[in-house]
Amino acid sequence: MSSVWVIARRELASFFDSLIAYILLVLFLGFSGFFTWLYGSDIFLVGQASLQEFFSVAFWTLFFFIPAITMRLLAEERKTGTIELLLTKAITDTQVVAGKFLAALLLIAIALLFTLPYPLTLAALGHPDYGQIFCGYAGLLLMSAAYISIGLYASSLTANQIVAFLVALFISLFFHLIFGVLSNQFSGGTGQFVDYLSLSSHFESMARGVIDTTDLVYFLSIVLAGLLLAQLQLFKRNLD
Amino acid sequence: MDIHIENLKKTYGNQAAVDGVSFEVRAGEILGFLGPNGAGKSTTMKMITGYIGIGGGDIRIGNRSVREHSAELKKHIGYLPEHNPLYEDMPVMDYLRFCAELQGVPKQETTSRVRQMIRQCSLDAEKHKKIAELSKGYRQRVGLAQAMIHDPEVLILDEPTTGLDPNQIIEIRKLIRELGKAKTVILSTHILPEVEATCDRILIINKGRIVADGTAETLRRQARGQQVLQVRIEDAEEQDLRADLSLLPGITSYTPVDPALGRWHIEASPGSGIQRSLFRLCVDRHWVLTELIPVETRLEDIFRDLTLN
Repeated sequence: MSSVWVIARRELASFFDSLIAYILLVLFLGFSGFFTWLYGSDIFLVGQASLQEFFSVAFWTLFFFIPAITMRLLAEERKTGTIELLLTKAITDTQVVAGKFLAALLLIAIALLFTLPYPLTLAALGHPDYGQIFCGYAGLLLMSAAYISIGLYASSLTANQIVAFLVALFISLFFHLIFGVLSNQFSGGTGQFVDYLSLSSHFESMARGVIDTTDLVYFLSIVLAGLLLAQLQLFKRNLD
Repeated sequence: MDIHIENLKKTYGNQAAVDGVSFEVRAGEILGFLGPNGAGKSTTMKMITGYIGIGGGDIRIGNRSVREHSAELKKHIGYLPEHNPLYEDMPVMDYLRFCAELQGVPKQETTSRVRQMIRQCSLDAEKHKKIAELSKGYRQRVGLAQAMIHDPEVLILDEPTTGLDPNQIIEIRKLIRELGKAKTVILSTHILPEVEATCDRILIINKGRIVADGTAETLRRQARGQQVLQVRIEDAEEQDLRADLSLLPGITSYTPVDPALGRWHIEASPGSGIQRSLFRLCVDRHWVLTELIPVETRLEDIFRDLTLN
């Protein structure tokens, strides 16, 4: 476990060293703040003490930002050759993948932490449903975890960061949008199955304040699948 | 820790990169791994360090197979990969600390180990700089420092001196010799004087196979079919000299290099006492022998002979 933390800490430090972290924080807070409080169907226009609008904005901004965070995680190591250095240290491939995943998740968690003034402001303005807000944040974190593991897998495929970004975006788009659209085209069992694959339906139920075990199982399966595939990609070097 | 390698194989696609390599390295020995580019040096080293899987055969380090105990053995191996990749965005101190932590150096010893490596590799003036700002020589030292941060018993160095200037090369060599006293060291290079200066033993590999194994001295003795001399005989007419040389016992070839100065290149079968008979000849004829230089077979020639067929 401590090795995982050593890797995560280095990764996190390099996010902040390379400005990626600051750019992400500024853009994320800028977008979500603007649409939650100032423009469109913002809180004052709707007139309800609810963070629904914030959750739906974050749902989209994180979708775009996460591949930008994850694209370098393994691709850069491959490009500069430091992957050889890392994988010949006294650590396992699993620890490497887990450390990098943790670093990206922590960065997102920090970004979400900065939005804590939103619910605090709401509390001053009215009587928000705290359970619902908690569920919304949990949903955002779970969704981020799923997209991070997809991004990590995409990053393990190539030494080119742009390719990693696009592949991550492409795979994520299926979960974010396409499965949801497709599910309307099918009826019966197939329709239900494709709807189950759609991340947005799971997220929406959480943002409404309902945490279901099927949702948890869904998010955790994506995370696990992404991490395993990334690890498999690293393991490939052992084959002839 | 001794390293035993038995019939090691690795294929990429349908090309054999390493094709049945077997050798041993004992603790305290520095082995020079020599070969042209693409001979399989790096591939062998990557298999020893556990970066890539073993294709066929086995590698045993301290009687434990890399196949089964790779994770545990990594703690005892220090590795400097080819091209010396480093995390450029990290300051030297942080980087060394990071490597120490990954290698499982106990927490209370980390600081003292980092300090010791900085002293040993003379990195003191650069320790707070980012690695990206360092010159090539210093980067190489950081590479060596990270390989040795956990005081490993086995050191694998893939071309540790490429791209350095002659002064830096001598310093790095000294460092390797010093640190290598109690360790098992394998270093690869294609700079031939380097192996002679640093290594106890030389292994030449070509197209995935070992073509020579021994000290520089034994390799020379094996390769030396002929005794080669460069002589300068003054006051002699070329015709006379030619006639007399042909009569000397054991001589196999004599060619004038610079007839005006009396310089000749002479080859004779070994043990024929060619130096003595040449000297006698000159005394008898009242010629003056001003130069008599035994020409050693150079390592370069041995290398070319072994790898160019």
